[in-house]
Amino acid sequence: TNLHLTKQYSCFVTCFFSQIPHEEAPSKKLRLSKPSKSAALHVDLCKASNSTDALQYLLQFARKPVEVESVEGVVRILLEHYYKETDNSVRLKIASLLGLLSKTQGFTPDCIVDDAINTLSNEKSHQVLAQLLDTLLVIGSQLPDTPTIRLRLIHVACKHLSDTYFGVRNKCLQLLGCLGTLETVVNRDGARDVQSIISDYFGDQDPRVRTAALKAMLQLHERGMKIHQVIYEQACRLLSDDYEQVRSAAVQMVWVLSLLYPESIVPIPSSNEEIRLVDDAFGKISHMVSDGSWMVRVQAAKTLGSMLQVSPHFLVQTLDKKLMSDLRRKRTAHERAKELFTSGEFSSGRKWADDAPKEKLDRNTVNLIASGACGAFVHGLEDEMFEVRIAAVEALCQLARSSPSFAEKCLDFLVDMFNDEIEEVRLQSIHVLREISTHITLREDQLDTVLAVLEDSSRDIREALHELLCYTNVSTKECIQLALLELLKNLNKYPTDRNSVWKCLKFLGSRHPTLVLPLVPELLSTHPYFDTPEPDMDDPAYIAVLVLVFNAAKSCPTMPALFSDHTFRHYAYLRDSLSHLVPPLRLPGRKQVFGLDSVDSGSGSASVESAQLFLQQSLHRVSTIQNLEAPEARELLNFTIRDLQRLGELQTELAGAADFCATFLRCQLLLMKALQEKLWNVAVPLCLKQNVTATAAAQQILEETYKLEFLYSGLESRQVATIHHVQHTHTHAGFFLPVLFLSELPHLQDSFMDRVCELLPRLTSCKPVEMVKILQSTLRQSGLLQLSLPEQIHRATATIIEPTGESDNPLRFTSGLVVALDIDATLEHVNDPQNTVKVQVLYPDGQSHVIHPKPGDFRKPGPHRHRLITQVYLSHTAWTEPSQVEVRLLLAYSSSSSSSSSRLGWSDGADGVIPPSEATVEGTIPFSKPVKVYIMPKPARR
Amino acid sequence: MPEIKVTPLGAGQDVGRSCILVSIGGKNIMLDCGMHMGYNDDRRFPDFSYITQNGRLTDFLDCVIISHFHLDHCGALPYMSEMVGYDGPIYMTHPTKAICPILLEDFRKITVDKKGETNFFTSQMIKDCMKKVVPLNLHQTVQVDDELELKAYYAGHVLGAAMVLIKVGSESVVYTGDYNMTPDRHLGAAWIDKCRPDILISESTYATTIRDSKRCRERDFLKKVHESIERGGKVLIPVFALGRAQELCILLETFWERMNLKAPIYFSTGLTEKANHYYKLFITWTNQKIRKTFVQRNMFEFKHIKAFDRSYADNPGPMVVFATPGMLHAGQSLQIFKKWAGNEKNMVIMPGYCVQGTIGHKILNGQRKLEMEGRSTLDVKLQVEYMSFSAHADAKGIMQLIRMAEPRNMLLVHGEALKMEFLKGKIEQEFNIDCYMPANGETITVSTNPSVPVDISLNLLKREMALGGPLPDPKKPRTMHGTLIMKENSMKLVSSEQALKELGLNEHQLRFTCRVQLQDPHSDLDTLHRIYTHLKSLLKGYTIQHVPDGTVMVESIVIKVSSSAEDPNNKVLLLSWSYQDEDLGSFLSSLLKKGLPSGLC
Repeated sequence: TNLHLTKQYSCFVTCFFSQIPHEEAPSKKLRLSKPSKSAALHVDLCKASNSTDALQYLLQFARKPVEVESVEGVVRILLEHYYKETDNSVRLKIASLLGLLSKTQGFTPDCIVDDAINTLSNEKSHQVLAQLLDTLLVIGSQLPDTPTIRLRLIHVACKHLSDTYFGVRNKCLQLLGCLGTLETVVNRDGARDVQSIISDYFGDQDPRVRTAALKAMLQLHERGMKIHQVIYEQACRLLSDDYEQVRSAAVQMVWVLSLLYPESIVPIPSSNEEIRLVDDAFGKISHMVSDGSWMVRVQAAKTLGSMLQVSPHFLVQTLDKKLMSDLRRKRTAHERAKELFTSGEFSSGRKWADDAPKEKLDRNTVNLIASGACGAFVHGLEDEMFEVRIAAVEALCQLARSSPSFAEKCLDFLVDMFNDEIEEVRLQSIHVLREISTHITLREDQLDTVLAVLEDSSRDIREALHELLCYTNVSTKECIQLALLELLKNLNKYPTDRNSVWKCLKFLGSRHPTLVLPLVPELLSTHPYFDTPEPDMDDPAYIAVLVLVFNAAKSCPTMPALFSDHTFRHYAYLRDSLSHLVPPLRLPGRKQVFGLDSVDSGSGSASVESAQLFLQQSLHRVSTIQNLEAPEARELLNFTIRDLQRLGELQTELAGAADFCATFLRCQLLLMKALQEKLWNVAVPLCLKQNVTATAAAQQILEETYKLEFLYSGLESRQVATIHHVQHTHTHAGFFLPVLFLSELPHLQDSFMDRVCELLPRLTSCKPVEMVKILQSTLRQSGLLQLSLPEQIHRATATIIEPTGESDNPLRFTSGLVVALDIDATLEHVNDPQNTVKVQVLYPDGQSHVIHPKPGDFRKPGPHRHRLITQVYLSHTAWTEPSQVEVRLLLAYSSSSSSSSSRLGWSDGADGVIPPSEATVEGTIPFSKPVKVYIMPKPARR
Repeated sequence: MPEIKVTPLGAGQDVGRSCILVSIGGKNIMLDCGMHMGYNDDRRFPDFSYITQNGRLTDFLDCVIISHFHLDHCGALPYMSEMVGYDGPIYMTHPTKAICPILLEDFRKITVDKKGETNFFTSQMIKDCMKKVVPLNLHQTVQVDDELELKAYYAGHVLGAAMVLIKVGSESVVYTGDYNMTPDRHLGAAWIDKCRPDILISESTYATTIRDSKRCRERDFLKKVHESIERGGKVLIPVFALGRAQELCILLETFWERMNLKAPIYFSTGLTEKANHYYKLFITWTNQKIRKTFVQRNMFEFKHIKAFDRSYADNPGPMVVFATPGMLHAGQSLQIFKKWAGNEKNMVIMPGYCVQGTIGHKILNGQRKLEMEGRSTLDVKLQVEYMSFSAHADAKGIMQLIRMAEPRNMLLVHGEALKMEFLKGKIEQEFNIDCYMPANGETITVSTNPSVPVDISLNLLKREMALGGPLPDPKKPRTMHGTLIMKENSMKLVSSEQALKELGLNEHQLRFTCRVQLQDPHSDLDTLHRIYTHLKSLLKGYTIQHVPDGTVMVESIVIKVSSSAEDPNNKVLLLSWSYQDEDLGSFLSSLLKKGLPSGLC
């Protein structure tokens, strides 16, 4: 900032001197010290000969920030000039500057409140008045805890509410909304409270003022004031306003009131009946779903989703649309489908008079104007704008989640949306159906419609659908058969869906063991008398069938009796090669081939508990390490690390925690080694020679700690602090090398190591030898830290699905040009993958490239899960032989997780450069297994 | 009272030959000029002799508006303009202007070349007629003349279909043409603002129908086609060249794209190709999806749909063919049908209504043996499906439009009388407005209450604002003083001083004088003083002066006292006030008549 000031001042000086013809003036500017900002402004303004000039000066002035101390002075100068100024636009600019200035950080604007209010009294221009009120709004919101000022401002607002210019009234209402509370204000109509004053303007002639009044009321609500119920009726009236902004705000207002007074009773006009307010509001907002403006429709549809208190029969009405044809009652296609299904002649095809109207309707009972909630969602889902359709789908989801019976009802409609013309809507409705699928069992005809989408060419849609099928309940074995058939068709058409399809069948099988059981002979094509040929084990379709069967068999002990011999062999093979898809089975009369099985096949939760116990015990054992001699301690650590690693492999639930502990202990081990080897207990000159090994050790330890910090999610702050502690300790280990001292100082920042921080001033000033001594003692004292077992720890992992690295055919391309390599990977437990996940390509000659995938390449198929589908471009000079490049994923981290350096400037001038936070260390951790890709750059043909 | 008159020449309690005459604010407008499909004689066209027995129509009509290109809305246009004679402007939207002549030419060919009719309009006449067309843009206000203005709104239904707001002064009429309130695969939904017309003239084809969601129908259609293709069957979809055909094409095209299907889709050539070309051009008139994806790809540039050749029908393997005409009564669609009817793997999907007597109607009713020309019979083994894709608003849609536009009166056309009757009842009940359903030739008169705009001088307005409350309350009328000047068809309200100045008149003072007898046993001067104190105590907030020359002034009202010669106690008060102070003056006189209270000093 200082730089700017000098610059600006020098500008001013140049201006100033350029009027007096003085040759050496510019050379002087460098020697001038920092001037007062206000003085400069004053001179500028006085110099301005006309209003255009003054405006120019002010505009220039506004580009630079003003430091806190001089704000008040500047305000005074501006105010002084304000009274003198005759031109409206200059006064307007001054007024807006006052507002900006009062926003300066660290400045309390209470000293200028009086002056600001005084300016209002003589102002004639409405625009300037509005701007001044805006300034007051800023001041008021800076001083929320000063009741006297607040009250004064409210009085000012009430006084100017009767202005003829809409902008002034808008600002007054805004002021009331931001500052008003429950107190009453005395104005010329007598004592009124803020809410009723605001509600007077619901009937203003200007739609902008009506909107502002509604917004002010909503603002009051947001600030925690209880809105009176009387407002409800007025707000409802505004729902039929001519202007869309008003209607949109009114929808919000009605919604807010329905949340506040859901149970109060309101009368239905033109009848004697009464209903609950929330039902009434629901009906009215439903009506807005067929509004003329799509913005209002979106708003209304969204709002409906959050009105969970509405009565069930109103809710059901939203999906109701009485069909008629030529005054005869007609059943909807949904009803017909259901009927056909229950009568057992599903999919007979439609006939010419299939949908012929049935009984004659009494013409008086036909209600054409949907009163209340009638068919709101039917309209919303058919809307022209996809924004409305999406909002409606989302609202359906929210409502269905809280009401199982409604979920059942809206199923047909959601399934219909699978056929929408916009992919986003299709995808959204699939997701929604997944979310509510716990409530539902799909009928066969519904499943049929759902499965039809499996042929969609969009990968996202198919995978969303697989995900949906994982959670779906079906009712009959025909459904299972149908689903399997369609999934196999999908597999055949899109072989890349292999993994997803298999996973889907895994869940389908384990969810419906009893439905799969009668299908087993057919699925495995076994025959009671004849041996059937053994199917091909490499056929993805056969694997898919097996996955379904084996998962069903897990909770159906009678099923293995139906297997033929080769099925058992295939089981053993698949259990080994696709262990995540094939569960351990207790097979009769067979030896348990794998030791693992005995551990796992016990009841799941018990084994988890015992494993957890084991983990605890190991950690406890380690905690006693302090009492042991060095070699024993090291040995113990080594063993524990080994145990933990094995445990992680065995018990997937605890893998994260076990891995975490193991890595932590490894750090400790390294540290211990470093201490014992006494790398540092040498004289300073020698130390420099030693530094290679020492640096390497320190570096290794640091890397491990970064892994700890960034690779695991679900750490509590205490654990993070522990990690930091280790980091610090290591940094200290690096201390004895003055070179390292500078580069790794940042890690001292943490408050955890208060002790070291206290030492810091001494450290920086003293000689290296002393430093080593001091550090030595601190390190010895700090010793080993006890790590408590974290509750929920997950290791960030990544699996590259594609490329598989199995291909023997090299990817050929002309050298110097690029070739695109498709990468498909799943990431688990990665926070913010868009910024942290990178792709690294390692060429055989040691070259490496890091590629940042586009944010759009990441999809989020489930919680804590991401999917990266991207293309990386490879290029290289010519090779003579095909060779392998390695592709892997990196997790980038930076040690300072938050760089919250707030800007000092208050103006729009964005030239305040944020100093790069010196404390960050950027780095990457590889977190996926590398995949080798065979490539062959050929020389270009001439 | 000003009136709006509406007379349907066609489409009054009927579907076909839409032609409605509207007289509004002294202007005569013809809405649509269609032909009737059901007749081949004079009844085919509207009876223009209703307008004038002989001579040209130009003198009687200010403009003609065509809502969309369907022949029942524009079929009689060349006949009216060229054969009867009309030279005024014809308004239609750009797509309508582009597609209309193609259909008219086709219509002419069939009537003249095939049926051999004479005395029909010629190609040249169509061209001449189209020269009189003035194109309209959506939401653009077009001035027909100084008073008559038009504004078009989107109507869905077919490409380029529009609803038109006709406005003269503050009187207005909206004519919907045909419209659709639910969007489909290629067009959006009709939309209108809250224009509050005096009359809303709406079609009512589906007055007694509430339709099911479009999605179910679409899904069924796609499923049928898909299943048949997977079985290796051929699918025939008989369509009319324009409108639904494009919708179904888009539907199939996107489905093919989505599902990665490979079976060929063919479109029988001819008319349709030209029409598809216009669909490509007028992308802005289609729905959100097509408009949005237009940047990457024009949806009407079909990837999967190719032109059909007669020989393709014998190709092996699955295929889908769109062929004209829609009712299987002649032409290509019938030829293909004959070829494919024998195989049960094949399928025919009828996407619309079929007139009795056509093969379409027969097979829809389940007839499995058809008699062909030459006494041969045709066994129908293929599957017959029916899918209704109609683009008219249903009863709910009509109600929705009424709610959007908030008309003062409603008028139904383009529908059957019985059905209209039902809807009329509903409208009157729900909206509490009058609803009419005139038959052809019957005139409906609606009296309007137009507001007369008056200019008010700013000074006067400001003066009035300063007098009364700070904000004008829109709900309460307020009286004000001013002079209304009517000059050259315009009216303005100005202050009286300005009116005098403008008209060059001298101001005349009008003073009222009144004597009030008063019994008061004091001297004249004392009496005057007593009056002064009396008024002073009563009239707070008024300036009351006791002028030394023996008068009391209340504002500008002068009060003098004299005693009568006979009885000195009998005082005569002389009150004089100007016309402007009439209120205060009469108040004072009645006050003083009551006498002075005794307690005054």
